Amino acid sequence: MEVIQDQDTQVKAQVRNFSFFYGKNKAIKDVNLQVLDCKVTSMIGPSGCGKTTLLRCFNRMHDLYPGTHYEGEILLESQNLLALDPIEVRMRIGMVFQKPNPFPKSIFENIAYGLRIRGIKDKNVINERVERALRDAAIWDEVKDRLKDMAFNLSGGQQQRLCIARALATDPEILLFDEPTSALDPIATASIEELVINLKGKVTILIVTHNMQQAVRISDYTAFMYIGELVEFNRTDVIFNNAAQQRTREYVSGQFG
Amino acid sequence: MTNTSLSLIQIRKLIQRQNLFDQLVLVALLMAAFSSIVVTGGILWILISESVSFFSQVPITDFLNLNDPKWTPLFDDKNFAIITLISSTLVTTGVSVAIGIPMGTIIAIYLSEFASSQVRELVKPILELLAGVPSVVFGYFALQTVTPFMQQVILGVQIFFAPGRDEFDYYQLPGFNMLSAGIVMGISIIPLISSISEDAMRAVPKQMREGSFAVGATRLQTSFNVVLPAAISGIIASYILGISRSLGQTMIVAVAAGTQPVYTWNPLEGASTISTFIVEVAKGDIEHGSLEYNTIFVAGLALVVMTLAMNLLGHYLSKRVREVY
Repeated sequence: MEVIQDQDTQVKAQVRNFSFFYGKNKAIKDVNLQVLDCKVTSMIGPSGCGKTTLLRCFNRMHDLYPGTHYEGEILLESQNLLALDPIEVRMRIGMVFQKPNPFPKSIFENIAYGLRIRGIKDKNVINERVERALRDAAIWDEVKDRLKDMAFNLSGGQQQRLCIARALATDPEILLFDEPTSALDPIATASIEELVINLKGKVTILIVTHNMQQAVRISDYTAFMYIGELVEFNRTDVIFNNAAQQRTREYVSGQFG
Repeated sequence: MTNTSLSLIQIRKLIQRQNLFDQLVLVALLMAAFSSIVVTGGILWILISESVSFFSQVPITDFLNLNDPKWTPLFDDKNFAIITLISSTLVTTGVSVAIGIPMGTIIAIYLSEFASSQVRELVKPILELLAGVPSVVFGYFALQTVTPFMQQVILGVQIFFAPGRDEFDYYQLPGFNMLSAGIVMGISIIPLISSISEDAMRAVPKQMREGSFAVGATRLQTSFNVVLPAAISGIIASYILGISRSLGQTMIVAVAAGTQPVYTWNPLEGASTISTFIVEVAKGDIEHGSLEYNTIFVAGLALVVMTLAMNLLGHYLSKRVREVY
């Protein structure tokens, strides 16, 4: 497939001839895709097209469950992350899930967890990085006076921003979002979208969404997937206004989905 | 309208019949629910009324006496210091908890977080089998297997640290002792603790575990830092059930821990627990309505109060730490 040229960015990750299997079922079929550094790349497609499955390959989430295997390569800079220890991969690539999933801990400890896992013990370092992560996730002002409260006491949108802060606290090279607003109301959704836009230029973002308008609003590049295949990948405005493939044009114009 | 549809009058009659039926079912359900309250109330009433009769003959200070703890209700020189029986009940329960809680928790963590489904399918029925072993079998297991084994262990430890003495100079664990009974009681509550704790841990949503894995945690870190705290209220509930069962356990202590009402906190000695005393007296021939007879109920009341206190504490704890997810 052709390589997208963009003068001021580099390729952060590259998916090469990649397939993924649940048992014998080939869920992802020979996908080639590039993720550009510090840009937002969205993956769209109808339910069951494999977009979430592909996203979860990037942090080796499938390794937690038996009977799955990968073929091909996903290069993180120049290393094939499929050949690395999954723990190392997850330390370098953060993830935000569909439903907010804070831990049964205080707001502070939710963020500090990833730092403690990395063996950081210095209290000042932890305090400083927790604050920075909460600020980056635009939730600091709301929680700074109740850092010791249980995270479950926050609203759904706040919990999701807390989960984004949790992922940001450990300086991920890539941040994966799996339909992060599908469980949220429109106002909370807008705040998450604004947050993603503000993170552009700081961190590489790969986001799965079933909401095409969301992809238009927040992403620089869009990949359209259909039944486990990558149909088309290009700049978001090209995909939505001037797609090369018939099927992409049909999907983005709402003819199926 | 087609002619199969009901007229308004027919519909009203139907609803009336349904309402009557609902009322009848409701009364039946209420009575079923009420029966458990009636039984509990009846038991408590008998315990309390017999205890009142006991306390009309024995001053309560004798019952709560800590200075001269003796329990000799069947002798001519009668003493009624319940602490004699409570101490041994707490010692055997303490030993059983020291074995049952760590083992049960470790098994639950392993089965819930680490074991493959094949291993789980193999281990769970075996644990259920352990739960089905009759307590009298556990009692003789304690007396005939664990006690001789512990005697060898204790002798071995002494020989290791102070070798070369005459055999009879070494301390010998008595044939009836609370240690063996407590150990076996601990084994007997393992299935209870592990199965309830495992259920609580497996009820923790998969997304919460994935959240922990996604920041780079290992399976062990996830188990202890995320799954365990999330399941803590169910785990505490399993501990409370285990402790309550040990407090009331009768056959194992009656067979293996001895029947002498000795005031001691030393698990190496034998002593009668509350439940052992009740079963010993109840199977002898004592006069109905006598003071000796009343002691059974006052001892039973003490046991009920201990178990109830345990359950209330457990309820309070698991409510305090309950997580909403």
